[in-house]
Amino acid sequence: MQPTTEVNWQSIREDFPILHQEVHGKPLIYFDSAASSQKPRAVIDALRHYYEHDHANVHRGLHVLSTRATEAYEAARAKVATYLNAASLDEIIFTRGTTEGINLVANTWGVKFLREGDVILLTEMEHHSNLVPWQMLAERTGARLRFVPVREDGTLELGMLDSLLTSEVKLFSFTHISNSLGTINPVAELCAAARAVGAVSFVDAAQSAGHVPIDVQALGCDFLALSGHKMCGPTGIGALYGRAELLDAMPPWHGGGEMILSVTYERATYKKAPGKFEAGTPNIADAIGLGAAIDYIESIGRAAIFEHDAQLASYAQRRLEELPGVRVMGPRERAGLVGFVMEAAHPHDLTTYADQYGLALRGGHHCNQPLMRKFGLPGTTRASFYFYNTTEEIDRMMEILENAVRFFA
Amino acid sequence: MNNELEELYQQVILDHSKRPRNMGEITEGAVHVHGDNPSCGDEIHLHVKFGADGGVEDLKFTGQGCAISQASASMMTLKVKGKNRADTQTMLQAFHDLVTKEVNDPPKLLGDLRLLQGVRRFPQRVKCAMLAWRALEQAIEAGDKESEVSTEGT
Repeated sequence: MQPTTEVNWQSIREDFPILHQEVHGKPLIYFDSAASSQKPRAVIDALRHYYEHDHANVHRGLHVLSTRATEAYEAARAKVATYLNAASLDEIIFTRGTTEGINLVANTWGVKFLREGDVILLTEMEHHSNLVPWQMLAERTGARLRFVPVREDGTLELGMLDSLLTSEVKLFSFTHISNSLGTINPVAELCAAARAVGAVSFVDAAQSAGHVPIDVQALGCDFLALSGHKMCGPTGIGALYGRAELLDAMPPWHGGGEMILSVTYERATYKKAPGKFEAGTPNIADAIGLGAAIDYIESIGRAAIFEHDAQLASYAQRRLEELPGVRVMGPRERAGLVGFVMEAAHPHDLTTYADQYGLALRGGHHCNQPLMRKFGLPGTTRASFYFYNTTEEIDRMMEILENAVRFFA
Repeated sequence: MNNELEELYQQVILDHSKRPRNMGEITEGAVHVHGDNPSCGDEIHLHVKFGADGGVEDLKFTGQGCAISQASASMMTLKVKGKNRADTQTMLQAFHDLVTKEVNDPPKLLGDLRLLQGVRRFPQRVKCAMLAWRALEQAIEAGDKESEVSTEGT
């Protein structure tokens, strides 16, 4: 769905009840959407409507409520499939979030197909969620980890890709958008490079799914994981896209109800994907909430959202660089966030200060400890934007930060 | 100006955070504790030299972190140095109470450390203030070994 008229960004703020409040006596400025986005009324209403009218368990009841719940749950799956342009809705598995999607693949595909001596290629900018599960898998299988370096400007050292992507590499997993640097990685190029050596590609779309158009077929990725709560949806729900052929070859992860075809006391046979990977009663309500979030985002349009957020980030970067002793991390071409360090104040002191003026920033290592260590930083302060943020809010942030420089100097 | 910020970041505290006292290492006959706060990445290397009676003869630290964690460490070293074991234990408890509870009349034994009382209004910053103290507590417990301590518990 493309927007038919120019987006009225100011009126969009009216869709988010939480934004209209004061914090410590000042109007809330929410610049922490990269950690978790806020929810439009449409999503809150969808959850409420489901629980007030349609709730029952899915896929098993022969009564009206179960039928409605099943239809709504599967309709949400179809929305995710369309949103990502998956070839089939059987390629969409509901998870708790990106972290669970990555762990699912590590524990099924990884355990079945990785052997001692194989290499898992990652990048130096990965969130802990796209690092630790692979460390655990390497420990278990004897596979080794290898990393594409990050350059000083926050982009990947792509010149080294050929020498890193050897025939031993069985999996290349990387983030679409860096949560601390704002770097946008060339996903299609990276997936093609992986495919050229027979490696499977995995895209961590936690920071991108709600912000940029994604077409898994055009990108040519094998797996892609996203989190609902970073894209206007509820917490506790996410999706994993997997190419059908790979999902078919993978063993189940969790065993239980829902994922079986038939069970004897001795053994069980399993459903095909996605059922095979959704043991137990799923998170029905939040999957439906995610579907509502997708409808909402699509009513605005991801291309318009990306442009809006990138403009805010670019404006914030320019304003921040005018402040004395401030260094903005990451490249100029960036997604909707800015991570920076300020000579006068540690990120935690700055974040505490900002909070007292109603400004929600994030300070710390952003689950990027190795990357921060590489840059020799204790952490950064991050302002992350979404389509409900405004230039005026950035101006207000700058006033607060200017005062902070004086306060801590 | 915001009162709670003024109380949290008093001039003495900012001064200690910018010019920490007793920065360094004690290489001979000292207990070394590496303390860290994994939720934010603050860390400290605390070196404590105990006397024969268990008192704190000398202590130094290195590390990195926010103003609160650095000031707390710096001010702790000034106050604890030369104290016997019993007084050190009393100060540990008193400081913990100071930053976590409503203490109307904090013990004089804490001296300038009482200025850190503003931390109690910022529950997420208690770990910052406690990092050096957790390391000191660990140094007392570990005796003569190298050890690690984390504000997250183990």
